[in-house]
Amino acid sequence: MGKVLMKGNEAIGEAAIKAGCFNYFAYPITPQSEVAEYLSRRMPEVGGVFLQGESEVAVGYMLFGAAGCGARVFTTSSSPGISLMSEALSYISSAQLPAVFVNIVRGGPGLGGILPSQADYFQATKGGGHGDYRLLVLAPDGVQEAVEMVMMAFPLAEKYRNPVMILGDGLIGQMMEPVEFPDHLISEPSNKDDWATSGMDTRNRKDRNLVKSLFLNAELLEEHNRFLKAKYDRMKQEEIRYESYNTDGDYKVLIVSYGIISRVCRTAIDMFKTEGLEVGMIRPQTLFPFPENAIKEAVSKSGCKAAISIELSMGQMVEDVERSVQGVCPVHWYGKAGGDVPTPEEIMGVVKPLSK
Amino acid sequence: MAKTFKKTAALSDQHTHYCPGCTHGVIHRLVAEVIDELDVRGRAVGIAPVGCAVLAYNYFTFDFQEAAHGRAPAVATGIKRVRPDLIVFTYQGDGDLASIGMGEIIHSANRGEKFTSIFVNNTVYGMTGGQMAPTTLSDQRTTTSPSGRDVADVGMPIKVAELISALETPAYIARQSAIKPKYIVRAKKAIKKAFQYQLENRCFSLVEIVSTCPTNWGMTPIEAVKWTEESMHAYYPLGEIKTPE
Ligand SMILES: Cc1ncc(C[n+]2csc(CCOP(=O)(O)OP(=O)(O)O)c2C)c(N)n1
Repeated sequence: MGKVLMKGNEAIGEAAIKAGCFNYFAYPITPQSEVAEYLSRRMPEVGGVFLQGESEVAVGYMLFGAAGCGARVFTTSSSPGISLMSEALSYISSAQLPAVFVNIVRGGPGLGGILPSQADYFQATKGGGHGDYRLLVLAPDGVQEAVEMVMMAFPLAEKYRNPVMILGDGLIGQMMEPVEFPDHLISEPSNKDDWATSGMDTRNRKDRNLVKSLFLNAELLEEHNRFLKAKYDRMKQEEIRYESYNTDGDYKVLIVSYGIISRVCRTAIDMFKTEGLEVGMIRPQTLFPFPENAIKEAVSKSGCKAAISIELSMGQMVEDVERSVQGVCPVHWYGKAGGDVPTPEEIMGVVKPLSK
Repeated sequence: MAKTFKKTAALSDQHTHYCPGCTHGVIHRLVAEVIDELDVRGRAVGIAPVGCAVLAYNYFTFDFQEAAHGRAPAVATGIKRVRPDLIVFTYQGDGDLASIGMGEIIHSANRGEKFTSIFVNNTVYGMTGGQMAPTTLSDQRTTTSPSGRDVADVGMPIKVAELISALETPAYIARQSAIKPKYIVRAKKAIKKAFQYQLENRCFSLVEIVSTCPTNWGMTPIEAVKWTEESMHAYYPLGEIKTPE
């Protein structure tokens, strides 16, 4: 299949269908409502399920039920909606169900705004809901990567029996870019007969399946949490993804940036080059697990004087960057959270003094 | 000698954790018998609530999911939409269905989701120690209405079956009781009808079952039965409230 020009939100909807996900539940919210509008047309065409739920709370549990009986299922929302789905994310994680959640992040807190933001970084990577659970968080930098990540998300969710979150932003959802849909699907061997409540008649084994999250016995809950932790540790071993830019040679400053703003940082790095200043960048593509070692290695290179986390928030990822750098060099932060994306010149203005 | 009566296959051998005089066990059995009589155990999925019946799955022998507090109808919607061939029911208390989960039940009923809700109305939050519920009767004492429910302050008890029956979408809605054999027989008939409507893919169905909570009411089981018949049956009339015809 060749390239087509598509709006991010519509491309995300199409990517799910291409990934073999024919079940979608959602509640409208700007700036992602086009996904629901698109899929309300497309799902019936492919014999799939489209349902507009009565709230994000309900939608979260529709995913719980659908995933619990073994179906591939996903939803899309934006920040305030994801807050309401956070209860379900905690239950889905504990019940170990595969499901995909896309957050087209908008400005916060509260109603905030409808412009692009990355202020849900903590919510996505550190919880949001209650208890010791983690989401596998993928962060695309444009429409093409959003498509690829949506298609990756389903097999990942199934591999780990864990929800996967795509953390995009309002710009990725709203902009049009040429995209190419990958035509070979990665898939995991299904283990659904072991756990899904798909009806006893549909399985070869005669025992019933139970989807639950209650462990009243302290020992059993301890064991359950240790099991989950082992799974999150395995993600750290096997799923870290990042991209390095201009890090082959020496550089004075390392930028850590993800999503849409990393593209602006890339332009700033190219412009610095023409001035004779070398700046490198690590762009995490997974926010959990976080590329800690790659960042530590990158700042350990001789000549690197500082690291800076550049993000569309008031300083969230910077805490993970500090944790990764482990004091090797000073860690700075620059960001905006009102909905404006900084220009390359603005970024050059904050990065330049750090090279001295 | 031939066995003339035995425990139905959909019910497990476990003893229940319910208090003496509680009707959850009776209602579980009615549901299990109906599932077996309709021969759908192999494609049944129950949704347990948060409340005294959170462990209901221990007493059944088919697939079950455990929902968050009040969300069982959304879970059931998710299942039924992606697997219309499954026979799905929620089993919920009055705090679960009529308070925190009111949004989910109303919208599921209004969409005409093809699942069945078994709604156990015992007028209190049993599991958390007998606090006031949306269905607590006027002047009824609970641990959070120590002087009795003041309807001027917190409103009248909600008649869930009537409320849902007011929706224009076709549905089967009935209220029965689980306190005496004559009521239990009718309750089973209603539950069976509800599941039959689901099997025929006709409509949403809900059976409200007036129940007891002697422990939190501070009564003996016998007193609880008497109080239920006198006070609850008076406010919560029994019978079919809505049929899809
Ligand atoms: C979100 C949330 N809020 C509160 C609770 C605490 N809680 C557990 S059971 C329950 C009330 C259950 O009462 P009801 O639905 O009437 O069922 P019963 O126990 O009487 O059978 C509450 C409030 C919870 N588990 N989750």
